[in-house]
Amino acid sequence: MENNLLLTYLIFTPLIGSLIILLVKNEKVSLIKNLGLVFSLIAFIISLVIFFSFDSNNSDFQFIHKLKWIEGINVFYFVGIDGISLLLILLTTFITPLTLISSWSSIEHKVKEFTFFMLILETGMLGVFASLDLFLFYIFWEAMLIPMYFIIGIWGGKERIYAAIKFFLYTMLGSLLMLVAIIWLAVYSVNILGGFTTDFTELLKVAPSITRDLQIWMFLAFGLSFAIKVPLFPFHTWLPDAHVQAPTAGSVILAGVLLKMGTYGLLRFNLPLFPDATIIIAPYISVLAVIGIIYGALVAMVQTDMKKLVAYSSVSHLGFVVLGIFAITTESIQGAVIQMVNHGLSTGALFLLVGVIYERTHTREIAEYGGIAKVVPFFSFALLFASLSSIGLPGLNGFIGEFLILLGSFKSGVLNSWWFTVFAASGVIFAAVYLLWMYQRVVFGELKNPKLEKLTDMNSREIFVLIPIFIFIVWIGIYPSTFLNLSEKATKKVIYQVNNPVNVTNIIGKK
Amino acid sequence: MFNNLQEFYNFLPMILIGTGILISVTVELFSKKSLTFLSWFSIVLFFLVGIISLWNIDSKSVILQNMVATGGYVNIFYALFSFTGMIVCLLSIDYLKKYEALFGEYYILLQTSILGMMLMAAAKDLFVIFLGLELMSVSFYVLAGINRKRGNAIEASLKYFLLGAFATGFVVYGIALIYGTSQSTSIDVIASKFVELSGNLLFISGVLLFLIGFSFKIAAFPFHMWVPDVYQGSPSTVSAFFSTAGKTAAFSAIIVSLFALFTSGASKIITPYLSVISVLSMFFGSIVALSQTNIKRMLAYSSIANAGYLLIGLAASNSEGIAGVIFYLTAYSLMNLGAFGIVSIIESKEEKNLEINDYAGLSNKQPLLAGLLSLLMFSLAGIPPFAGFFGKYYIFMAAIKSDLTILAILGVLSSVISVYFYLRIVVLMYFKESDLELGLYKSNSGLLALFISVLLIIILGIFPGSFLNIINSAL
Repeated sequence: MENNLLLTYLIFTPLIGSLIILLVKNEKVSLIKNLGLVFSLIAFIISLVIFFSFDSNNSDFQFIHKLKWIEGINVFYFVGIDGISLLLILLTTFITPLTLISSWSSIEHKVKEFTFFMLILETGMLGVFASLDLFLFYIFWEAMLIPMYFIIGIWGGKERIYAAIKFFLYTMLGSLLMLVAIIWLAVYSVNILGGFTTDFTELLKVAPSITRDLQIWMFLAFGLSFAIKVPLFPFHTWLPDAHVQAPTAGSVILAGVLLKMGTYGLLRFNLPLFPDATIIIAPYISVLAVIGIIYGALVAMVQTDMKKLVAYSSVSHLGFVVLGIFAITTESIQGAVIQMVNHGLSTGALFLLVGVIYERTHTREIAEYGGIAKVVPFFSFALLFASLSSIGLPGLNGFIGEFLILLGSFKSGVLNSWWFTVFAASGVIFAAVYLLWMYQRVVFGELKNPKLEKLTDMNSREIFVLIPIFIFIVWIGIYPSTFLNLSEKATKKVIYQVNNPVNVTNIIGKK
Repeated sequence: MFNNLQEFYNFLPMILIGTGILISVTVELFSKKSLTFLSWFSIVLFFLVGIISLWNIDSKSVILQNMVATGGYVNIFYALFSFTGMIVCLLSIDYLKKYEALFGEYYILLQTSILGMMLMAAAKDLFVIFLGLELMSVSFYVLAGINRKRGNAIEASLKYFLLGAFATGFVVYGIALIYGTSQSTSIDVIASKFVELSGNLLFISGVLLFLIGFSFKIAAFPFHMWVPDVYQGSPSTVSAFFSTAGKTAAFSAIIVSLFALFTSGASKIITPYLSVISVLSMFFGSIVALSQTNIKRMLAYSSIANAGYLLIGLAASNSEGIAGVIFYLTAYSLMNLGAFGIVSIIESKEEKNLEINDYAGLSNKQPLLAGLLSLLMFSLAGIPPFAGFFGKYYIFMAAIKSDLTILAILGVLSSVISVYFYLRIVVLMYFKESDLELGLYKSNSGLLALFISVLLIIILGIFPGSFLNIINSAL
């Protein structure tokens, strides 16, 4: 197949940008900011080009670029995307410039380092979604920790150091076990393919033939690293710390994109590589997902800090995504994919809004607020809109994802019980409770805190950041087919792979 | 001596170093201002030897009555020793000036110890290994105490000497037992009799004693007691040399003496020993490093932990394992040269700035050094895309190939522990502020050395392929 360089350009544009920024003098703050924005916008434009030339009727990987990289261990630089990864790549390139704009005035010291790390982070995230060689995937997956670690640690809140280290160690623990599993798979492939390989498309032929017990171990080694990233209950404890301490831009990227790497990993690697194990483990993971949905919602309800509330709501919402993935029906996985995007948009918007108000008042305590509807009408409206989207109001994006996931899990043959759906659905109600209750306490009521009287409303830059997000929230809510069509073929392929593990003897017979 | 010119040519690296030592001693003897000359002379000499070794890599031969091998991986070790020596010299120029320790013998001792290392790596006979080991160790004992005005340098030197002599005793005793049972000191003869003799308790004890002696030198648990004290007490540049070239040399001796066994798989007999001390070293080193407050002691414990990772490669006892060990030794040498190099630059004349807390806020005071040091720490912690990661990857791969998956799992778990103490330095440099004045002694040659190491770490991390090919074709 002919190599297509577009993806490579996309992945490395931000990296080149970050290296150029490194050469600029520290004092030229506005030049640095503009350069950062320009490079993230170039990446966005390239991703749009990819989007428009993407063939959604083709279930194979597209825009493939394959190069020999490390000959000794047969590792390739191998990137390519299908509909699922395309959606997440678009989400990444869409959110990154917005976060850069949003931190235009909130990041004041070490602007150069900040922009540098944000761009490196973007390269890491894009690489994770595009890699088709597990070695390459692992490199991006781990390398991305470094910039996020610095973003939380340098520009974060009071407890930032604790949060940064916790984030790093948790993720590292999970991913190193995945590394062992990757090597194990590659070594195992020697027996069957006759050569050491970490090529995902090759391993797809090998991995399903592993005995069921070993598959379960492999599934767990991969799954743990993804579950920590998602985060799936009970591996979520790093998330509230990291979210609350991270600067707004960090939280938005963390919620918007980083968490999706976990669910993406489960969908991309765990399901097709270990189909037998998936069928066995799916109900257990779904139980954890449903516990996460309810637990996250209940804990969010009692939070007094707005950012923490949104952070716990992520645990709940990502529970839906995991449930959708492991229900293994077309509807539920389609719902999970679109819900990943939805969560990125609505939770991203919520974090941005919390950041907006925090910048003015320097507090996130819900009790400090009240009655600001008249003082800051734009902000109040935006917060309502983002909350409703997150709750899943019909007509907005959240509804589509949650509805599809619940529908799919109801008729799922793998889960084979409607209790999952019943309990998960309660999460939707809880979401309405905690978000609207927060909204009521912050925006309505009497204006008691005299400091809030002088609150200034959102400025044009802040509004400008939110408008594109809101457009997509409505777009997905009203006409989701634009996006669902993109991932449909890829979703069906994953389901086919789970239900029809490749018979290795056939492949060898053909040779 | 030599049967033809080619053999002489193959032996050239050692001849060059030997000649260099003679020239240096003469110059030092008759000139009072020899220090600058000696430093640059050593740098050029090491560079030349390194280049020639790599150039000659394909001409494998066994010369001098089957005593010394040339070519192949032996030459990779030559190059490693001499390039390490070169970087240490670059770091030392200003470091010695800072301490006013203007002793020309410093560079001569570096040359003699490297000659010793080369003998160890090239040995085809146990006596040559022993000869090299002693030449290296005696130079090391003096180097540790080279700054004779400092009390703790002398203490370190004495400690190193006593424990080092003890370790050498193990090696000699081991050689005696091996000779007694196999009637030979030739490594090839012993290797060919290995399987037959492996039931002989005396022979196996000899092999184990021999390995224990070298376990001291590679700083593996439970033979590590000297490491923290010696690394802390010796001048930082010397510690850099011990922890890189010294460790590489000890590993090269183990590899050459067991090489035939590794490739035939007969070394499976010693796999349990290697696995056990490997796991103990990794966990002991990583856990104790967590509580260190002195940066040199922390690096010393990290050196113990890294000996553990390297031992996994030997325990795997396949060719990937050996290649992994050589790759990781290279990566580790570069990382430690960089880390100790930065320590030696930041260290003040009064031996201050050696506590980890002194690094607080370094990113504001010395952004370049802070950036380089964090990169080195990430690489040591095994985070891609740096050379440290690829080395570990390859070693774990070798272990899994030999069905030692459990070793790989324990290895990654101890990596997670080690991440914590490596990152602590990054935390201090970037996330904390401090008013402490460092009062740096500028060192341009030191910076050059740092740039070389860091650049190579990045290149070896992203494009490990070509170096890996060199290693694999040399095995």
